[in-house]
Amino acid sequence: MPRIFYLLIAVVIALAPAYAQDADLNSLLETHQAKIEKPSRRTIGPVLDALVASQLPGVAVFLEKWREKDLWQRKADGRFFFVEKADGGQLMLIDVGSGAEAGLADKKDLKNLKPNSGVRGVIAGALVQFQLSDPDPERRLQALTALERDPDASHLSILRAAIESETDPAIKARKERLQRLLTIQFGSDQQTRVAAIESFAGDPGVDARAALNPLLSTSVAVFNEKPDEDVNVARLLVPGSDIETEAAYQLLVDAGKARPIVPLDARKAALVENIENGMVAGIPVAELVTQSARDRAYLALAADGTVPPLVTKEEQRAALADHVFAEVYAEPDQVLTTAARETLANISGTVGFYQFVDLALDGLSLASIYFLAAIGLAITFGVMGVINMAHGEFIMIGAYTGYVVQQYIPNYTVSIIVALPLAFAVAFLAGVALERLVIRYLAHRPLETLLATFGVSIALQQIAKNIFGTQARPLTSPSWLDGAWVLNDVVSISYIRIAIFVLALAFLGLLLFVLNKTRLGLEVRAVTQNPRMASSMGINPDRINMLTFGLGSGIAGIAGVAIGLFAKVTSELGSGYIVQSFMTVVVGGVGNIWGTLAGAGMIGSLQKVIEFFNPSNTLAAQTYMIIFIIIFIQFRPKGIIALKGRAAGD
Amino acid sequence: MERSLFARQPSVLIFIALLAVFTIVMVILSEGFGLGLVSTSTIKILGKTLCLCLVAIAMDLVWGYCGILSLGHFAFFGLGGYMIGMWLMYERTKDIVIASLAGGELPPTSEEVREAIGSQIFGVVGGSDIPAIWYFADSLYAQLALVVLVPGLLALVFGWLAFRSRVTGVYLSILTQAMTLALSLYLFQNDSGLRGNNGLSGLQNIPGLTEVPQSVVSVWFFLASALALGLGYVVAAWVVSGKFGNVIRAIRDDEARIRFMGYPVEAYKLVVFTLTAVIAAIAGALYYPQAGIINPAEIAPIASIYLAVWVAIGGRGRLYGAVIGAATVSLLSSWFTGGQVPSIPLGFYTVNWVDWWQVLLGLGFVLVTLFAPKGIGGLFDRLVRKDAAS
Repeated sequence: MPRIFYLLIAVVIALAPAYAQDADLNSLLETHQAKIEKPSRRTIGPVLDALVASQLPGVAVFLEKWREKDLWQRKADGRFFFVEKADGGQLMLIDVGSGAEAGLADKKDLKNLKPNSGVRGVIAGALVQFQLSDPDPERRLQALTALERDPDASHLSILRAAIESETDPAIKARKERLQRLLTIQFGSDQQTRVAAIESFAGDPGVDARAALNPLLSTSVAVFNEKPDEDVNVARLLVPGSDIETEAAYQLLVDAGKARPIVPLDARKAALVENIENGMVAGIPVAELVTQSARDRAYLALAADGTVPPLVTKEEQRAALADHVFAEVYAEPDQVLTTAARETLANISGTVGFYQFVDLALDGLSLASIYFLAAIGLAITFGVMGVINMAHGEFIMIGAYTGYVVQQYIPNYTVSIIVALPLAFAVAFLAGVALERLVIRYLAHRPLETLLATFGVSIALQQIAKNIFGTQARPLTSPSWLDGAWVLNDVVSISYIRIAIFVLALAFLGLLLFVLNKTRLGLEVRAVTQNPRMASSMGINPDRINMLTFGLGSGIAGIAGVAIGLFAKVTSELGSGYIVQSFMTVVVGGVGNIWGTLAGAGMIGSLQKVIEFFNPSNTLAAQTYMIIFIIIFIQFRPKGIIALKGRAAGD
Repeated sequence: MERSLFARQPSVLIFIALLAVFTIVMVILSEGFGLGLVSTSTIKILGKTLCLCLVAIAMDLVWGYCGILSLGHFAFFGLGGYMIGMWLMYERTKDIVIASLAGGELPPTSEEVREAIGSQIFGVVGGSDIPAIWYFADSLYAQLALVVLVPGLLALVFGWLAFRSRVTGVYLSILTQAMTLALSLYLFQNDSGLRGNNGLSGLQNIPGLTEVPQSVVSVWFFLASALALGLGYVVAAWVVSGKFGNVIRAIRDDEARIRFMGYPVEAYKLVVFTLTAVIAAIAGALYYPQAGIINPAEIAPIASIYLAVWVAIGGRGRLYGAVIGAATVSLLSSWFTGGQVPSIPLGFYTVNWVDWWQVLLGLGFVLVTLFAPKGIGGLFDRLVRKDAAS
C-alpha cells in the first residue's frame, strides 16, 4: 500500500510542473513582450527558442496564429489574445494559454500584430517541429516538403526526434530519407556523415545527387609549389591540356603573381591615342591594316615607355611553369569527398541503367506511334502496291473526327470511346471513296498513283484548313490518362503513351487475326500473292482491293485519334508522319505486318538513341536517322523482312 | 552523216524562237530598259518562272525520259541557291562592314573585318564565328563552281548508292524524298552554318552593283534566266535525241531488258541523275537572287513533289511539256494566291480563291492524271498530229 502511495506522489510531482507551466504561457509571453511586439529577424530567435523549450501545449497554436497575423494585443495591459468575431462589431478575446473565452473588447482597444515576412519565415521554421508530429498526415507531408525545399542545420535534430513517433510507414520512410540527406550536409561528425553518404549508393533519386554534388564542388587554385597535405586537392591541372593556357595565366594575374596581358582592345586604344601627324611611332596609320603591323607599332611605343610593355609568350610560359594549378574541393575533409565521389560513381552506374530503361520505354512508345501510323500504309502498299500519299490526311481526318466528337460529347472518356470507331468509319469511307474514284483507274501505274494521291492530299489538307482554320484544335484525353507512371526520378512514362502502346498491340493482334484466321484475310493474302490466280479461284480482287484500302485508311483514322491525344490537331498533322511512315514500311519490308513492326521498332528506338546522345537537337537526330536509313537500304533494299518468291516480284 | 539536232528536233527551234521573241518583247516593255509598261516585280516573277521552267526541264529529263521519279530535285535547286547566296550575302555584308569600320581612327585589319562580318551574318543564330563551309564565300568564281559541284557531288554519291543497290520505282521516290527531308531538317538547325531557319536574305542586292537600280538588275537576271533556259533546253534536247536518248527512254520502258542487252543501266541513270541535278542547281542559283531570300522551307519535300506535279500537268516525256506545265501552274498559282482572282459568292458561302486554290490544284491534278496522263503537252501533240493528218 505505501508503495502505491509513493508512486502516486511521484506521478503527481512529475506532472505538476507541466500543469504549472501550462498556466504560464501568458507569463512566459509577458517576459518576452517587447520582442514579440516589435519582432525582427535577428532578435526573434531567442524568443522562439524559449517558447519551444518550454514545451507548452499551446505554443504550436500560438506560433501558427502569430505567423498568420491572427494575434492581437490588448493595449491596456499588453496581454496577447486570439480573437473571434462577436456581435456589435466587438471582438471576443480568447486566452492564449487555455483557449477559454476572456471577455469582449472593442477593436480600437486592441492591436493586431503583423510580423513581416522575414519574421514569419523564422516562425515557420520553428513551427516545423510541431508540424512534423502533427496528427494530420497531410500536414506532416507539407512540413517535410517545406524542409526539403529549404533545409537548415537546426532541422536535423528536430527531424530525428520526429522519426520515432511516426506511425505512417510511407511518411516514416520519407522522414528517414530526409534525415539522411540532411546528415550529409549538416551532420555533426565525419563518421555519421560518411555513413549517410554511403547509404545512398545505387540510389537514382535526384535529391541524393543534389545533396552529394555540393560536397564535390571545386575551384581552380594556384600554388607556388605542390599544395600542402591539408588542402583537399581533387586533381592537379596541367596548363595547355587540363586547363587553357590563357585561363591559367589569367588565374596567375588575378592572384597577383603575374603581369596582366594587355588585351587587343587596349592595345588598339593605345595606338589610337598615340597617333601623331597620321603616324604611330613612325609608322603611317594607313599601313596599320594587319595585326603584325599594329604589333610592331605597339612594340615601338612600348620601347619608348609610352605604353605598358607586352607580355611575351615566353614570359607567360615561364610564369605558368613556375606554378602549380589544382582543382581544390571546397569541402576540406578528404574522407567525405572520397566517400561522396565513390557513392556518386556508384549512383551514376545505377542511373545509367535506369536511363537505358527509360530510353527503351521512350523508344517503345515512339515505335508504337510509328507502327500505328504506318501499318495502314503497309497494308495498302503491300497488298495493292499502291503508294498512298494521302495516308497522312486520313490520319488527320481521324484526329479531326475525334475533335468534332468532343464538341458534342463533353465527357472525355465517353467521347474517346465513341471517337475511335467513328474515326475508323469515317477514314474507312474516305479510303473506299478514294479507291473507287481514283486508284482503281490507275492500277499498274504506281508512280502515277503516287502523284494522284498527292493531289488528293493537298486538296484534303486545304479543305481541312478551310473548315477548321489554321490554329491547332485540342483533342483532350480523359483525366485518367493524365499524369505519368513514375518508377523513380529517372524512369517515367506518361499514361497516354502506355495507352498508345496498348492500342498498337491491340491492332497488331487484330490484324494478325484478320489476315491469318478469317476468310477476308485469306482472300487478301491470295490477292497479294497473285491477283489473276486469285480471281480465277472466284475471289473478286476489286472488292478485296476496296476493302483492304478501306481497312488501311480506317486504321490511319484511329492512329489519328491516338496521335491527336498528345499532339495538337492541325491540318498538317498527317503530313508530319507521312515520310516517317514510308520509312517504316520500306525499312521493315513491304507486305508484312511483322516487317512494319520491326521497321517501327528500329526507327523509333534509333531516333530516341540519337536524341539521347544529342538531346538539345531533335532536328539533327532526324537528319542522322534518315541518313542511316538511306545507308541501311543499301544493304537490305527489300527491308528487314523481305518477301520471298513470287510475291516479291517487282 | 547524222542529221543536226535541230533537224531531228524541230520543236527546239520553235521553242528558242518563241523564247527569244518573248524575252525581247518583255525587255522592251520593262521599266529598266524600255517603255515601263511591265513593272519590275512582274519582270522578277517572269524571271523566276523561267528558272522554274529550267528545273522542270531537268525533272522531265530524269522522270519523263529516264523514268526515275525523283522527289528530291528541288533540293538541288535550293542547294544551288544557297551556294550563290553565300557569296551574295558575304560580299554585301563585307561592303557594309568596311563602310561602317572606315570611320574609325585606325584602318580595320582583315581579322576585324572578318569578325564583324561573322557577327553581322550569324548574330541571328547566336554566333559570330564564320563556319568553315564559308571558306570560299569571298570568291564569286569559287562559289559559282560550288553551285555546280556541291549538288552535283551530292547527286553523284546519292545516285551511286541508290542505283547500285537497284532501288527502283516508288522505293527510289521515297528514298529521294527522305534525302530532301534530311537536307531540309539539317539546314533548319541553327548550327548548320547556314543561319538555320532564317536562311540567307538580302540576295537581291548584288555586291558591287549597289548603284544599279533594281529595275535594271531584274532585267539582267531575266535575260540570264532566259539564256539559261534556252541553253538548258538545247542541252536537254541534245541529250534525249540520239543514241543516249534512246537508251534512257528504253530504261524507262523496260529496265531489265536493257540491262540484259548489256547496257550499264546504273551508269546511264547516274549520268542523267547528276546532270539534271546540276541543271536544277544552276536554275536555283539564278532563281534565288531574284527571290531575294532562301530558307530551308524552300527545300521541304513538298516543293519537289510540286515539281513533279508541274511536269505531269505539262506532259512528261516532252521538253516543252515541262516548260508549259511549270509556267502555267506557277503563274496560275501566284495569280490565284495573290488575291487578284474575284471570289465566287454562292449565297451561303463565298469561294475565296486564296483558300480554295490548293483544292482546285489538287483536284485538277487528280483529273489530269486520270484523264490526260500525257498532260497539256499530250493535248498539244494530238492537235498537231490532227493538223498533219488533214
